[in-house]
Amino acid sequence: MPHSTRPARVGEGTGVRRTLIGFVLVISALLVVAPLCVIAVEAFSKGVGVFAATIAHPDTRSAILMTLATALIAVPVNTAFGLAAAWSITKFDFPGRSLLLILIEIPFSVSPIVAGVAYLFVYGMQGLFGPLLQDAGIKILFALPGIVLASMFVTAPFVARELIPLMQAQGRDLEEAATSLGASGWQTFRTVTLPNIKWALLYGVILCNARVMGEFGAVSIVSGNIRGQTNTLPLHIELLYHDYQTAGAFAAALILTVIAVFTIIAKVLLERRGAGRVRPIVATLGTAEAKDQP
Amino acid sequence: MKRLLLVGTVLAALVSGPALAETPGKILNASYDISRELFVAVNKAFIAKYKADTGKDLQIDQSHAGSSKQARSILEGLEADVVTFNQSTDIDQLVKGGFVSADWRKSFANDASPYYSFPAFLVRAGNPKQIKNWDDLVRDDVKVIFPNPKTSGNARYTYLAAYAFAKQAYGNDEAKATAFVKKLFDNVPVFDTGGRAATTTFAERNIGDVLITFEAETRGIAKELGSDKFQVIVPPVSLKADFPVAVVDKVVDQRGSREIAKAYLSFLYTADGQKILAENGNRVNEPSVVDAFKDQFPTTQLLTVNDVFGGWDKVQKEHFASGGLLDQIYGQR
Repeated sequence: MPHSTRPARVGEGTGVRRTLIGFVLVISALLVVAPLCVIAVEAFSKGVGVFAATIAHPDTRSAILMTLATALIAVPVNTAFGLAAAWSITKFDFPGRSLLLILIEIPFSVSPIVAGVAYLFVYGMQGLFGPLLQDAGIKILFALPGIVLASMFVTAPFVARELIPLMQAQGRDLEEAATSLGASGWQTFRTVTLPNIKWALLYGVILCNARVMGEFGAVSIVSGNIRGQTNTLPLHIELLYHDYQTAGAFAAALILTVIAVFTIIAKVLLERRGAGRVRPIVATLGTAEAKDQP
Repeated sequence: MKRLLLVGTVLAALVSGPALAETPGKILNASYDISRELFVAVNKAFIAKYKADTGKDLQIDQSHAGSSKQARSILEGLEADVVTFNQSTDIDQLVKGGFVSADWRKSFANDASPYYSFPAFLVRAGNPKQIKNWDDLVRDDVKVIFPNPKTSGNARYTYLAAYAFAKQAYGNDEAKATAFVKKLFDNVPVFDTGGRAATTTFAERNIGDVLITFEAETRGIAKELGSDKFQVIVPPVSLKADFPVAVVDKVVDQRGSREIAKAYLSFLYTADGQKILAENGNRVNEPSVVDAFKDQFPTTQLLTVNDVFGGWDKVQKEHFASGGLLDQIYGQR
């Protein structure tokens, strides 16, 4: 469609377009690219030797393992929870539906520190279940379980919040049709619901994972900060920073960043693989155009 | 959600299974946040000595955080065999919780403080503002950096040291001492929440003429951020800061680790231990080590909290409690 045949609309002037694009690029560079570059530069500021020594150090390796282990447990559990919650809220009518919706949102509005302290009050020796757990020989606080629980609290809403608006918009028609044609619940979920929500689900999982790996406040309270044992990567970074090991702290920060970038790359690769039909935004627009021009 | 949490808990407990089994010959030292390098060196030496003495291997785990947070964690179940803190009031919290015996100060020499330090000054190279003593800090042309005493134990020592200096200088006139400290606070352009942030403000953001922190730390800062850019000034008068240690009785009795814990803390008092402490910038009492390091540590008159303020309980009540003198001075800004 030639440009001149329809009236110009707001925002289509080259000046506006250039300003807008330039603005976004500059802000992205300042807010995202610059700090990332600083991390990389500072990590090597004391030479490759210090960087390598930081990575090879058993405390750093333990912190990486701790962070990965936490994500490996917290993300699948929260994914299952998010799916179940979104499904229940959007496909069923039951009393307390809005209440559940609010409950899911709570971790978004509560400071992670509050979550950490709350876990102290529940599982600590001075708390509700602490003495009981102690007698049973179960260690939750100041060990992996406490860290996982705190991380799960903080990231509980991520998957559900991605799914609920989408599933609400999609409605129940397709599922109801599938059921009326004799599909079982599981079949309906696998062949009808899942394909429709998979990109939102994936995005929720990526966000959840990033947040689990980066969580500092809540984990800091329940971890016990034992280096080489219960320090996660963010806590390890803080420890090195406080200890005037600036280069080491940035090296550890770079590792955390690289892991984060890897998850994003993994997401893109997954998208490409399954992109035959639905590549978000671009692909959807493409099909829309194709329909318009028969 | 409850059930899922429960499932998660059980899963997590399974994964962390090995952590449940107690490995013999292992102790945990809960320490303050900036003592990591110090105890890396101490632990290495003690582990070697322990092996030589007993033929057994020992592992010493380290936990580092603000010492008030550490005390809280121990009360909630962090199984630390020993604590090496920078505030005796935090060990008193453990006494209240029944974790440490009330007479812990008598368990080791020098009120159970194997080393000490005091607030000192870090100035820019060449000391352009000629800052030598506390009264230089209240000059109109001097900007001073230290963290917020409401949130930082380090800065509380700075506050008390300035107050103690002024009390001595003005013949115990409390009103004049208060005015002096207020003037000092007026010279602080920004109060960071912690010592590390204050260091960043001073060293990396280039704000202020002088940073006040423990002498032990001024050397670490100069080493990490450029000894050609900064200079340590030891004022002629300051306030002694103890670094108290204690065996956590409740934990060692449960784990049967009392002997190791005691030996570990006693090691800090030996000539070898004191040497490591001094190498990391701390002042010690062992005469042979004091002598060997005398060039590094200029003499200075150290006042004590007991002599100037009548003990920590009184300090807490009169200065740091809500509405106390610190609040009045800080609130007036």
